[in-house]
Amino acid sequence: MTDGFVSRPGGGVLATFTGFEGDLLRSLASQLVELLRNEVAAPTSSHDPLEDLLDFSGPTTAPDDPVLARLFPTAYPDDEEAAGDFRRFTERTLRDGKAHNAVLIIDKLEDAGLPPTLDEEGLWVDVELEPAEVQAWMKSFTDIRLALASRLGVEEGDDDYWDTLPEDDPRTHVHDIYQWVGFLQETLVQSVSA
Amino acid sequence: MSAPMLVETERPQADALPDDVTFLDQPWVTVVWNDPVNLMSYVSYVFQTYFGYARKKAEKLMLEVHQAGRSAVSTGSREEMERDVQAMHEYGLWATMQRASQ
Repeated sequence: MTDGFVSRPGGGVLATFTGFEGDLLRSLASQLVELLRNEVAAPTSSHDPLEDLLDFSGPTTAPDDPVLARLFPTAYPDDEEAAGDFRRFTERTLRDGKAHNAVLIIDKLEDAGLPPTLDEEGLWVDVELEPAEVQAWMKSFTDIRLALASRLGVEEGDDDYWDTLPEDDPRTHVHDIYQWVGFLQETLVQSVSA
Repeated sequence: MSAPMLVETERPQADALPDDVTFLDQPWVTVVWNDPVNLMSYVSYVFQTYFGYARKKAEKLMLEVHQAGRSAVSTGSREEMERDVQAMHEYGLWATMQRASQ
């Protein structure tokens, strides 16, 4: 099992994942990309690049999906019109950025030797990140954790609840994954904060 | 760097003052709200990295978010705060903006 990230001379970081862990991270990142791209930000795309550039018809209301609502919060809680304008001008950019970060995780894992389908026992994957890549991974770990927490209904100070869930409850497994990504995030932050 | 230019400017209209003089009174703030997900270390890291705050100031703001439930983390014009809120959303922090007087 991975020890998480450690700093490298020159400002980068390194982590070694088992094949299973790499596969799990790739799957989480893929699901995030799918979620971000499935519920399209704008109703239609014209396939005309110029028209696309001039099209500011982004969404003006908060997403229905609680995960997306958390990833794209309402900027002006008391001003619906200003909130709608803010969303129209920012949400598509934010979505693209978050999807891009998640794709970076997938690409990096595969560049590091994670095969398209994991069938090899005892595989280890060394991931080395440049400082700029660290930012993308941190942001995406955050998005993944926010997504998992929204689906699970994680609340402040509810550790006891999760600790006492039966082993065979599917939420126990998902919560373990949520905490594991939190562990990775903590080591990543520490490795660049020293 | 830009130098002051000697150009004739129009006299400011007295009735145009309250909303337009945003560079004087910095009337907007970015508020970051507590959430059960984000790690304390990460929130502090974001405040240091994005705003360029010293570790001590970043940790003070992070603890305020954690303990009081919210903290005003930056002040400026409406446009500047929209930029900050968007950046906080990029980092996955729950941020909103409002007038400083509220």
